[in-house]
Amino acid sequence: MQRTMMDFWVGLFVMAGIGALLILGLKVGNLADFQPEGSYVLVGNFENIGGLKVRAPVKSAGVVVGRVMDIQFSVQTYDAVVTMKVDTRYQFPKDTFASILTSGLLGEQYIGLLPGGDEEMLTNGEKIMKTNSAIVLEDMIGRFLFDKASEKKNSDPEI
Amino acid sequence: MIGMISLAKRIKTIIESIGHRVVDSIWRLGCATRFVLLVLLKSMPGFLRFHLITREIYFAGVLSLIIILVSGLFVGMVLGLQGYETLQKFGSESAVGTLVALSLVRELGPVIAALLFASRAGSAMTAEIGLMKATEQLAAMGMMAVDPIARIVAPRFWGGVFSMPLLAAMFSVMGVFGGYLVTVVFIGVDEGSFWSQMQSSVDFRYDIVNGVIKSCFFGVVITAIAVFEGFDAPPTAEGVSGATTRTVVTSSLAILGLDFVLTAFMFRGVS
Repeated sequence: MQRTMMDFWVGLFVMAGIGALLILGLKVGNLADFQPEGSYVLVGNFENIGGLKVRAPVKSAGVVVGRVMDIQFSVQTYDAVVTMKVDTRYQFPKDTFASILTSGLLGEQYIGLLPGGDEEMLTNGEKIMKTNSAIVLEDMIGRFLFDKASEKKNSDPEI
Repeated sequence: MIGMISLAKRIKTIIESIGHRVVDSIWRLGCATRFVLLVLLKSMPGFLRFHLITREIYFAGVLSLIIILVSGLFVGMVLGLQGYETLQKFGSESAVGTLVALSLVRELGPVIAALLFASRAGSAMTAEIGLMKATEQLAAMGMMAVDPIARIVAPRFWGGVFSMPLLAAMFSVMGVFGGYLVTVVFIGVDEGSFWSQMQSSVDFRYDIVNGVIKSCFFGVVITAIAVFEGFDAPPTAEGVSGATTRTVVTSSLAILGLDFVLTAFMFRGVS
């Protein structure tokens, strides 16, 4: 085979390989929603995070606005400190409500931000004061059973 | 008494043969390591005359394209079909895109592409170098003051190392396309949820880059084994055939073992 022909095929091969990597990044992966504008960090203390994991989405009105960066346990307050990275395009007021929600009945857990009405905005590294813990299914079932049992006891004498 | 002595002698020979084998294989491993270091040291001339490496990329990469692309397509199609069969029982057939993409990008793409590459290109490399040695072409080169490691071995090594990640990426893309073809076009899973679920769960840094790193490791291991076996082959017809077999067997085992180790380091249950 002639050398120029071989060079041509190798060039084509390398271009196809790089193209494949680009397709993987843009079409298969999440490189397309990569934000060059940067992000800022918010912190929230939660009593119970349930099954929240690092890299879980942070959503507001159903739109992904950031990701959970880090989850730590605090020995001072005995609760979970969740650090999240939020896109700088989205600013939230100071009295924003952060709650841990579940997508669907058994889906993954995420943080939902419900904006309040404050004039001032949350800045980088600031703490979200109003938080709402995850709903733990076992607790709910336990409470439900307990309620049922006490209901029966109350209604028993009337029979 | 005499029976006891002969028994002791037999046990001694068994232990000796085990020891001999272990020492032999460690000696060979050391040989291979020093050989690879030698190849790395002498690879500068190959980079200066880049057409040598281009030629090897052509033989190792471009000529492996057909087998890689076709197998990628079929692996993706089977994954889509099987994933749909199972996920549809739970009513979450739109997650089939996630299943296909994650399994291809993380594991199957690098591993199957590497296995195919070892049997398609690695064996050819070993046979070529081994035959060159058997027909004393390498010795003749040495006689002409041309270093055979710099002229023959190093370009093949780098050509293989360079081709492997590209082939693995193309394998994954073809696999995702095959999965798309079967589930969306033939079965009729919703196209929008297929892509959006895939994109929301495949992370570029965590999944794709780790897959590429894996395939780079595999490329180095396969080509190192292939060129060493070729260079080390006894210069007979039988020796070359044995070396070719050993290349495929050893590199396949090395790929699977290394894949486990790399996975354990990369995806430690954090998601």
